[in-house]
Amino acid sequence: MFRWILGGREAQSSVEKSPVLCIGEEQPKNWFTELQVLKGHFDIVRFLVQIDDFRCASAGDDGLILVWNIETGERLQELRGHSQQITAMTTFSCSDGLVSHPSLISASSDRSVSLWDPDTGNRVQTISDLQSSVKCLLVLERLCLWVSGGEELCLWNRDFQLQCQKQSHSDTGITALIELPKNCMAAAMDKEIMIYRLTVAPDSSLTVAELRCLSDHQDQVRALINVSDGLFASGSHAGELILWDAIDWNILAYEHILWEESQSPAQAEIRLGAPKPSEMSIQQLSTNGKVLILAAVGSGLYVYSVLTKTVVAYRKVAHDSNVLHTMLLSDRSEVMSCSEDGSVRMWEIQDLPLPAEPASPGFFGLWNFGRSNKQSGPPKKIMDVPNIRTLELTGDLIGHSGAVQMFVSFKENGLVTCSADHLLILWKNGERQSHRRSLALFKKLEENGGLVR
Amino acid sequence: MIGSPDVVAFTKEDEYSQTNPDAWALPEEFSIPLHPLANTNPWAKTSYAKFTKDFILISEFSEQVGPQPLLTIPDDPKVCGTFDLNYFSLRIMSVDYQASFVGHPPGSGYPRLSFVEDSRVVLGDSKEGAFAYVHHLTLYDLEARGFVRPFCMAYVSADERKIMLQFQELSLRFSQASECLKAGNRRAFAKELQRKLRDLEYTHSVLEREEGLQKEAGPQCMYSPHAVEKANELANVEKSIYEHRDLLRQINSYHCHPRRDPHAVTCQKCMTECLSECEKLLDKYAKLANPFSYTVQMGKVEEQERQINVEGGQEGVEDMEDEGIGRRPSYTPQLIKAKSAKCFDKRLKTLRELCDESFYEATVELLKETERSFRGDLCYLYTRRLDKTLRRRQRVTNFLFEEELGVDDEDEGGILRPFCAVNHAADSYTLLDPPAIVLRPEPLELDSLQPPDPLDPASETSHIQSELEQGHLESSPSDHTLETQESSEETKGSFSSDKSGMGPAEKPQSLASVRPEPPDPDCDLTPDPDHNADLERESSSEETTAGEDEGGDQTPVSLLEVVSELEASRDDDCERISDGVCEMESDLLVPLDTACCMSQEGFLYEVSAPEAGSHPGQPSESLVVNQEPQAFLPLQDDYAVGSPCSESPVAGLELPMGLFGDGVSRTSVEDGSDCTMSASTGSERAASPLGYGGLVTLRHRKKAGQGALRFVRQYPFAIQALWCLLSGRTLVVLGSDEGRVRRLVAALALFVPSPGKCGERVQPWLSCPFTLTDLQRWKLIGLQRVASPVGSSMLYSLSRYSRYISILDADQKTLRCPPYRGKLLANIADHRTYIRRGSTYFLNLQSTLCRLAARAFLFTFTHHLHLPVSSTEGPEVVEGRRRCFLQEQLGLDEEDSQILLYLSQLITQQYLQAATGSSAAAPCFSFTYTTSVLYKI
Repeated sequence: MFRWILGGREAQSSVEKSPVLCIGEEQPKNWFTELQVLKGHFDIVRFLVQIDDFRCASAGDDGLILVWNIETGERLQELRGHSQQITAMTTFSCSDGLVSHPSLISASSDRSVSLWDPDTGNRVQTISDLQSSVKCLLVLERLCLWVSGGEELCLWNRDFQLQCQKQSHSDTGITALIELPKNCMAAAMDKEIMIYRLTVAPDSSLTVAELRCLSDHQDQVRALINVSDGLFASGSHAGELILWDAIDWNILAYEHILWEESQSPAQAEIRLGAPKPSEMSIQQLSTNGKVLILAAVGSGLYVYSVLTKTVVAYRKVAHDSNVLHTMLLSDRSEVMSCSEDGSVRMWEIQDLPLPAEPASPGFFGLWNFGRSNKQSGPPKKIMDVPNIRTLELTGDLIGHSGAVQMFVSFKENGLVTCSADHLLILWKNGERQSHRRSLALFKKLEENGGLVR
Repeated sequence: MIGSPDVVAFTKEDEYSQTNPDAWALPEEFSIPLHPLANTNPWAKTSYAKFTKDFILISEFSEQVGPQPLLTIPDDPKVCGTFDLNYFSLRIMSVDYQASFVGHPPGSGYPRLSFVEDSRVVLGDSKEGAFAYVHHLTLYDLEARGFVRPFCMAYVSADERKIMLQFQELSLRFSQASECLKAGNRRAFAKELQRKLRDLEYTHSVLEREEGLQKEAGPQCMYSPHAVEKANELANVEKSIYEHRDLLRQINSYHCHPRRDPHAVTCQKCMTECLSECEKLLDKYAKLANPFSYTVQMGKVEEQERQINVEGGQEGVEDMEDEGIGRRPSYTPQLIKAKSAKCFDKRLKTLRELCDESFYEATVELLKETERSFRGDLCYLYTRRLDKTLRRRQRVTNFLFEEELGVDDEDEGGILRPFCAVNHAADSYTLLDPPAIVLRPEPLELDSLQPPDPLDPASETSHIQSELEQGHLESSPSDHTLETQESSEETKGSFSSDKSGMGPAEKPQSLASVRPEPPDPDCDLTPDPDHNADLERESSSEETTAGEDEGGDQTPVSLLEVVSELEASRDDDCERISDGVCEMESDLLVPLDTACCMSQEGFLYEVSAPEAGSHPGQPSESLVVNQEPQAFLPLQDDYAVGSPCSESPVAGLELPMGLFGDGVSRTSVEDGSDCTMSASTGSERAASPLGYGGLVTLRHRKKAGQGALRFVRQYPFAIQALWCLLSGRTLVVLGSDEGRVRRLVAALALFVPSPGKCGERVQPWLSCPFTLTDLQRWKLIGLQRVASPVGSSMLYSLSRYSRYISILDADQKTLRCPPYRGKLLANIADHRTYIRRGSTYFLNLQSTLCRLAARAFLFTFTHHLHLPVSSTEGPEVVEGRRRCFLQEQLGLDEEDSQILLYLSQLITQQYLQAATGSSAAAPCFSFTYTTSVLYKI
């Protein structure tokens, strides 16, 4: 495509080697036509947390937390205090009868956890000298408590007083935490999911008890999410997706996503050897809170329906590289994903005109077609489902020069992406912004009393 | 002595006046051209003049040597060429219509200062091909004859109409300069009076003490001839004190004097400052000092001074500190010998000394600015003025395509605004203080304050003269006639009838010529290679002459010789004359003797003769006498240091090579382009200023015009490239040859909306991969194509961000950008254009861009195109209305609308940012998702 630029006989860029879908420059459905580059970090930005309708906090390996106004792109606060990279960050809003305003809890690998006031930039509370660094945080808003997970599970109240502590059994420690009904919690530890129950004694002291250990995964559990009140899901490094009942912790469904075609010799010459483990690893799960679970598997995307308990749509190679974060927009059938290749892609779950023939354009489409002829294993099952739908690329956002770690959507106000290139990019609807500016212009014009000053 | 001034009206419109046909004039074919067709460029008005471009001449009617040129602006001998400044000074000084008479009014016994209004005359000299606006003014000098020194400032041009039509403006500018000079002069005069008074009081006290001693000695001594002489001396000193005090009072009352000159607006601050200063002095010398008090107080003078200073406020405090350090010139009272009480220094003060240093500098700056603003021919001036007026009205959109309006440009709005060229903030403190008195000899001041040398013939004669001219006549009758343009033309008429018998045809003609001359479109169609060649020849010849002139280091030496010779001859003179004249000094009423004039003339010839004779090789330099003959020694320094770095923009970059080194000549070639059409840009030397942090000036932009024209003519897809730039899509110029890429970028930078004062949004040469922030910052990027790992990563960034950029490949001559099919840019990007000259193209471009900016302004500030009119309207209705406006009313299709939308966005941002200052938020970067196509040549 860019051979003309090279003007020589040099090797072609990776664009042509990769079988990834390319949408081109015409993207009528992509309304992100304006961007602002937010600078401030000095290292990889890994976490984004939405504080309220117009604020967002970013944190990364430089130990800095920055609070941004996403309407204007201004940097509101700079929260300094951690000496090493941030490992987890969450908002913490505990209504104590008074007006509750959101705070931020951040954990860093300097083995400290801090509570910040994003309005003033003050460090309200801090705990240092923890036994291990915290890998995940869970806020139990109902109880005004929060839980930190690392090599041990700690329960804290809102004044940062330790309520209870529990050593974990695995070496890797707790990597993910979710809240379950009936004062229960699920914690992902290596290949197991541990269910804890929180009990409040009459003297209001709190205890945490291990109830059950779910060890159905063959490999390390990478993702753990609540799907709805009665369901939660987990995904493993080996591509297993398990749907659990949140009350009695039974397996409701088991889906193993595997690249079966790599075993077939015909494809092997195209595939460069066996699939790397990461290519079937479930990096991240997201849900729209209803019936769909989106799994980021390697560089592909899978949409799993809780109702039919099947994969309803998928893109095996949705990105050039591993997908790092995904999102299902709740009301529309839209999907967003970001990847190590530095791009954010927007997809739409569309019905296929012909169920047996996924009509995706480009090279990947051919590929898909080719594979559908080889009918063996789970993909065959997928193909057999009559109402299979497809993920159609509707647009991509290119701006970052490093892996896009995460993104947060502010609905029509825009989208914030953070990346390994130390930048945040605020993507906005150009027309909306233009309208906003016009409003501001005429307001100011009125204030000035006309153009002539 | 003075030949009849050959009047302005005498010279008719020159033979090239067909652009402005005059019903009264003979048809062109019947008229005989006054001057043969010497120059191939018919548009150069200076074709037969001896100087190359307009200049400002400051001359003085020196009482010692008669009319003499003091200073030209620009201070470059080449400007005047072979033009005889001495002769022309004579001419302009001879039409002084100020009445500067000083002397005793019938009623009072004291000499009076006359407050003379400036006079303004236009005069011409057809033989020399020179016309001048002449502004006469009078400065006060305690040591000068009648306390006055007549000066004049002249704007000399070869184009009469330029002067006539710019009369108002010239008059205003020169009035400002004159007021500035006069304000400084009054201040200096008051200070001088103060010094003099102090001397006199000191002398007075000394004399009184002596007299007292004599009285004590007994009556026999009281009537001795010696005692009588002393008594007379004392009386004289007393009289002198009264006179000087009266002078001080008079100069103080200057501001109460009603001004009849409409242009004579003085700065209020200067005025009050000066006033308070004078009042302070007046108070101080209100009464004659107690006979012995002065000596008693001598020790306390400092104390007094301190008190005064404390009263004076803050400056006083600083003053005291300074006194302690002794940085400021201090002053010791001098005993004035009786004989020399009214004697004059042998050396007259220079203009710089006459006015306060800061005022002088400010005036020179003002005049330089004036000279700069009147460069170019009339039509150019008019166009520029129109342009400025327009731009002043379009402040909101100026940032898009126009260069920054200077502060001075904005000033032109208020014509009669009180103006002061002196920077008050910086100078007020030094100006306010009277010289402090320290009982310590101060060598620097000595020469001007010493009892004047009785052997100085000049001072003698002029002194005598001044005594005689003591009629009191306040101002000249001709003041009024010259104040306005009409009256100036009247003067012209009167001149003609008086002196040279000018034909009646002139007057209607000059009236008709008030109309601005329309720029002739044909002139641009003439192919330019000839012209370029001419220019080159010109410049080369100039450089060679500069080399000849250089004579380099010899100049100071020769100047020294002049000085020594001068001094030698002068000493002789002194010895001859002194004896006879000395006796008359103290007498106040000596009848005017023609001998004074004679001796003056004699001096004139004596001075000029050795100069001209001994150094024939340096005519240009000896034309301007910067200072009085005695002051030659400091002059060398002025020349050596001052002139090479005159006012050229590159002065800081180039080392002064010598007196007339390359630096000067080259810069004069560059900014000496009086003519609008002379912007010749050899593409080879297109060193663009971009990216070096320098201001992008109009000249740079004009030069870029040539490159832009070349680009448009060379590339059929130029229109698409221009569209990209104008619609805010970053254009990357990719190439392996740095020079070519830089040239292209410099040319295309013209089309970048809102390029920033220093072209911040243009990156002429980048050799590393760029990022998104770079795209956001720069709208035009020159990118190096390299075949290396760096190159491949660069290509990767190119392909990665391809949706945001257009790529112009300078090597392959291709352009990759979204398709553009609009018509809006057709007239600036027509590769079959008939425009051949860069500057013409630039003007064409500017008008198109200006039109665009105006449309964008309209679009931006039309409320209903952006916001709903009523609450029931949805955004779709507004959207439809906007679309309708763009398409139906402005006739723009989709792609052309994008230009307008982008410009509108810039205007909005600029307008909103203007209030908040520099916004903390990151800038926005808008784009669209459209497919690009590849254009090939």
